Amino acid sequence: MKKQTMYFRMIISSLIRRRSRMLVALLAVAIGATVLSGLVTIYYNIPRQMRQEFRSYGANLIFVPTGGDSAINEDEMKKATELIPAEDIVGIAPYRYETIKINEQPFMAAGTDLEQVKKTSPYWFVSGTWPAGSGSVLIGQEVADLIGLLPGSSFTMTGTDSTGKGFGRDFTVSGIVQTGGTEEAFLFLSLSDLEGLMGNSGELDVVECSISAPQATLEGIVRQVGENVEGVTPRLVKRVADSEGTVLTKLQALVYLVTVVVLLLTMICVATTMMAVVAERRREIGLKKALGASNQSIVMEFLGEGLFLGALGGLLGVALGFAFAQTVSMNVFTRSISFQPLLIPATLAVSIAITGLACLIPVRSTTDVDPAIVLRGE
Amino acid sequence: MNLLKLKDISKIYGSVKALQNIDLQVSQGEWLAIMGPSGSGKTTMMNIIGCMDKPSNGSVVLDGMNIAKESAKSLTNIRRDKIGLIFQQFHLINYLTALENVMVAQYYHSMPDEKEALQALERVGLGDRAKHLPSQLSGGEQQRVCIARALINYPMLILADEPTGNLDETNEKIVLDIFKQLHQDGSTIIVVTHDPEVAEEAQRTVVLEHGRISRIVRNEK
Repeated sequence: MKKQTMYFRMIISSLIRRRSRMLVALLAVAIGATVLSGLVTIYYNIPRQMRQEFRSYGANLIFVPTGGDSAINEDEMKKATELIPAEDIVGIAPYRYETIKINEQPFMAAGTDLEQVKKTSPYWFVSGTWPAGSGSVLIGQEVADLIGLLPGSSFTMTGTDSTGKGFGRDFTVSGIVQTGGTEEAFLFLSLSDLEGLMGNSGELDVVECSISAPQATLEGIVRQVGENVEGVTPRLVKRVADSEGTVLTKLQALVYLVTVVVLLLTMICVATTMMAVVAERRREIGLKKALGASNQSIVMEFLGEGLFLGALGGLLGVALGFAFAQTVSMNVFTRSISFQPLLIPATLAVSIAITGLACLIPVRSTTDVDPAIVLRGE
Repeated sequence: MNLLKLKDISKIYGSVKALQNIDLQVSQGEWLAIMGPSGSGKTTMMNIIGCMDKPSNGSVVLDGMNIAKESAKSLTNIRRDKIGLIFQQFHLINYLTALENVMVAQYYHSMPDEKEALQALERVGLGDRAKHLPSQLSGGEQQRVCIARALINYPMLILADEPTGNLDETNEKIVLDIFKQLHQDGSTIIVVTHDPEVAEEAQRTVVLEHGRISRIVRNEK
């Protein structure tokens, strides 16, 4: 039999046949590894989850015409939006604003892609329905109050087109929008309807983008668009982007702090248990030394037991940690999280390292045991 | 030829003189008993002969090497290579089987050999108990495992501390028969005992009193 085989046989026998004591240490490592792997999973998923949460607060990046340019044309918009990673795009809504009249009263009409608006502004509350096609509009609560329109009502929109010629067309109110903001003073219709009324196309006043990406990525997009697309000035919506960054930083710092504290507690618990294990096995250590075991052999045996516990606890921790993270994510964000395979070696490595570190002092004390204790009958 | 030679050995702990001016020679193949009341210095002498302690004065020559001057690491190696220890309380590792307990001594010495360890157990009549844990063995059986462990590395010197102290009459006889067989095979044995009947089985009995050798008796058997 090889020496290594006997070494592992001794370690396994010690762990299995002295399981009541070792279960305490295993439990400590497993709990530590569970919290570690759970919190690390949450740590990496929080930004994604929170970014998705923050997307409900509206666009976080807008494109406006540069300098004296009166509008962004379709080519410029295409070039600018192509610089945004496709997988990060939640929605992109182009807007064209024109003054129109209803019953000779002037209002601001916004032509847009209403399907995209649903994505960029999910916080809008619509009484009635969203416009289903041409000829339907969404009107702000303020407009509805002023002209007394309700969902299903028809009205005639009049105005002057880009050539100075007058127009008039009947529209149906599909819904009334409440946002608590300036949008309540607007009418929203499809961009093609507005372009049809104005007699020209491809002139956008603003493009609102909702992007699920960290602050650094957003800043990168701003830089790239600014450098590469003439006629478009990108701007971060500071109110949204900054609060998103602040909340995420604080949450991540909290998770980091809790992880460190839990790892420290795990270390203390393992160290205390191993200290007790070494103390209660002094006679066995003395015997082994009396049989000719070197200090190094004894240290390696106890360290081996500790590291084996670390590995076993780490494996348990990976499984329980994922369940823990999944539960937290479902309860807090109502979204499931994906398993990160890299977490298996990472948790194992940290568990083994923490256990090894915790074992150092107790294991070191085995070298102080005098082999003569076996003859004194202690 | 002397295997062990103690010359003018003293051991002092603070103001307590545990051993004083001990001179003793043990020949190769000799069976020696050490007797004496509690506190007479038997354990101190065992510790020194067993390379687990060093004398304050004097020299201890084992197999031509003065172990009184060796380092702790070197004493560990000598203990491992030249001495087989048998204890009153057996000191088996409770989570290892009888066979594994024997193999532990091989593991620290050189290379574990399951077949050889099993033969050692068969030699003490425990071949069928090899897979049993110490808690599943009687006191006599545990002591025989302890003897098998002491013999597995073919030590020059077998050092037994009260080997029958915890055994009933039947098991005492079994253990003494094993010792007789070992002696016949040429092993050098030093037994510390309170039991005159056990001491009588040895060729010589050294009686210690107050840390000194009070007398040496040559036994008739």
